[in-house]
Amino acid sequence: MRNIMAIANKELRSYFSSPIAYIIIGFFLLPFGVFFYLYLTAFVRQSLQSAQFGGAMNINQQVIRYVLQNASVIILFIMPMITMRTYSEEKRSGTIELLLTSPVTDLEIILGKFFGALGLYLAMLAVTLPYMGILFYYGNPEWRPLIAAYLGLVLMGGAFVSLGLLISSTTNNQIVAGIVSFVVFLLLWIVGWFADSAGPTIGPITSWLSITEHFDDFSKGIIDTKHVLYYLSLITFGLFLTAKSVDTERWRG
Amino acid sequence: MIEVQHLTKRYGRVTAVDDVSFRVEPGEILGFLGPNGAGKTTTMRILTGYMPASEGRATVAGYDVFSHPIEAKARTGYLPETPPLYPDMTVREYLDFVARIKRVPSGERKARVDAVMKRTRVDDMASRACGKLSKGYKQRVGLAQALIHNPEVLILDEPTAGLDPKQIIETRDLIRSLAGDHTIVLSTHILPEVSQTCQRVVIINKGRVVAVDTPDNLIARLAGSETLYVQVDAAGADAAAALALVPGVTRVAAADMRPGSGAFEVQSERGRDIRRELSREIVTRGWGLLELRPMRISLEEVFLQVTTEETPGEPAPARPGGEPASDQGAARVEGEVPGA
Repeated sequence: MRNIMAIANKELRSYFSSPIAYIIIGFFLLPFGVFFYLYLTAFVRQSLQSAQFGGAMNINQQVIRYVLQNASVIILFIMPMITMRTYSEEKRSGTIELLLTSPVTDLEIILGKFFGALGLYLAMLAVTLPYMGILFYYGNPEWRPLIAAYLGLVLMGGAFVSLGLLISSTTNNQIVAGIVSFVVFLLLWIVGWFADSAGPTIGPITSWLSITEHFDDFSKGIIDTKHVLYYLSLITFGLFLTAKSVDTERWRG
Repeated sequence: MIEVQHLTKRYGRVTAVDDVSFRVEPGEILGFLGPNGAGKTTTMRILTGYMPASEGRATVAGYDVFSHPIEAKARTGYLPETPPLYPDMTVREYLDFVARIKRVPSGERKARVDAVMKRTRVDDMASRACGKLSKGYKQRVGLAQALIHNPEVLILDEPTAGLDPKQIIETRDLIRSLAGDHTIVLSTHILPEVSQTCQRVVIINKGRVVAVDTPDNLIARLAGSETLYVQVDAAGADAAAALALVPGVTRVAAADMRPGSGAFEVQSERGRDIRRELSREIVTRGWGLLELRPMRISLEEVFLQVTTEETPGEPAPARPGGEPASDQGAARVEGEVPGA
């Protein structure tokens, strides 16, 4: 546990002592702010209309939900930048030799890197909380669906980190790791688009595979164990294969 | 302290290390010598648990590196060929991180970091980012990293590579001062380093151990003839031929590549002192005798003999004065081992 903490801490520090963390967070906040603004102004316009003509307004369903759904797509684009260097940079620079010859297990290294990358992701999510604060200050959204949505984001991010770690562990070139992760994440998103056209047997499978599709219920404020299990199993799967990949690399030398 | 038995490592069809066995006694410095690509790094990587062997056993500080890797690693300090530094971290942050993963108790961590920084003389760069250090400092931070948990065993892969001559001497002194408390295996292709720092040498070539002995024994065992270094002035072009006629001389070679320098290496039959005859010959010919001294066979020659496929006993090649390797420039200067 101490070792995991030490490595996670080191990872997190290396993000923040280089420009990477700031670029990533900035790159995330920019479109996030745009979406937030667009949905909020639309909501304000609509509520003026509904004041005249009647109709129910719900800030959770009409602002938070859409903003966070869009955020999940931005996250998909940003995640490769967080994970691409985790293993490949250490392999290229030879620092992996330090980790692998220290009295730490492979699993501790992997979990350390996982929590390190997840830490940056959580920092990125934390920066969006002031936006939610604005909603709470001027409106009265419900906080429970909001918690559910953020839990969904954390789980989804964990799945991305775990897969990104796996891809990074297979190459010593971080650009390759970044591009491959990006393509894989993109596929895991667009596979859901075939759900409607693929027919009754393939359709549910493709939509079940889609990593962003599972976030849908979370964004509405629903915590469904089937989605939680999906993300958790994806995380475990990624970490397990990363362990295998590191081990294989070790035998091949 | 370290025991290696029949270690073999194959990469696909290539055998990098082939049936290597040796022992290192506690407190000893063992030199691991071999040309590039001989399997030094691979052997060290197996010993440090970085990669498993295909066959054979290795024990470090009483722990098998395959079945008890964590215990063995906790007792080993390792400096890889390229110091494993994180460019964004400062030297202090880096050493603190290494201390954490090497299980240095949190209360002692700061003191240990300070102590190793002082010992490796990097304390003046404590708050500089590792990526901005010079090669010499990087190498020493790498050494500091290996020492941080006060390991019983130190495995150093070319610890003086990339250092300037002064730093090389300082690093060697440091390594020598570590012997006794630590058992050290160091690899190098710089030969004088071995005779100066190591008590025993393992010479490895193409993955196989070709010789294990003390540097002195190796030299004595392989010396087939005695060589004198002679420098004369005002000698003509026939000087070499004239010297060769002196009774007892078996071979005369120019010791200097520059023509007309008048420096020669004169080999004689074993056990026969020809200095008197040689100097008389030179004086009677009216040349000026500038220098005459016996040369010991150097470790370079031993090394070349055991790593090139020549029958031992054949005259050793002349000192590698014209050797092209540039990074050995500093070493070569010291490599001219003058006689007693």
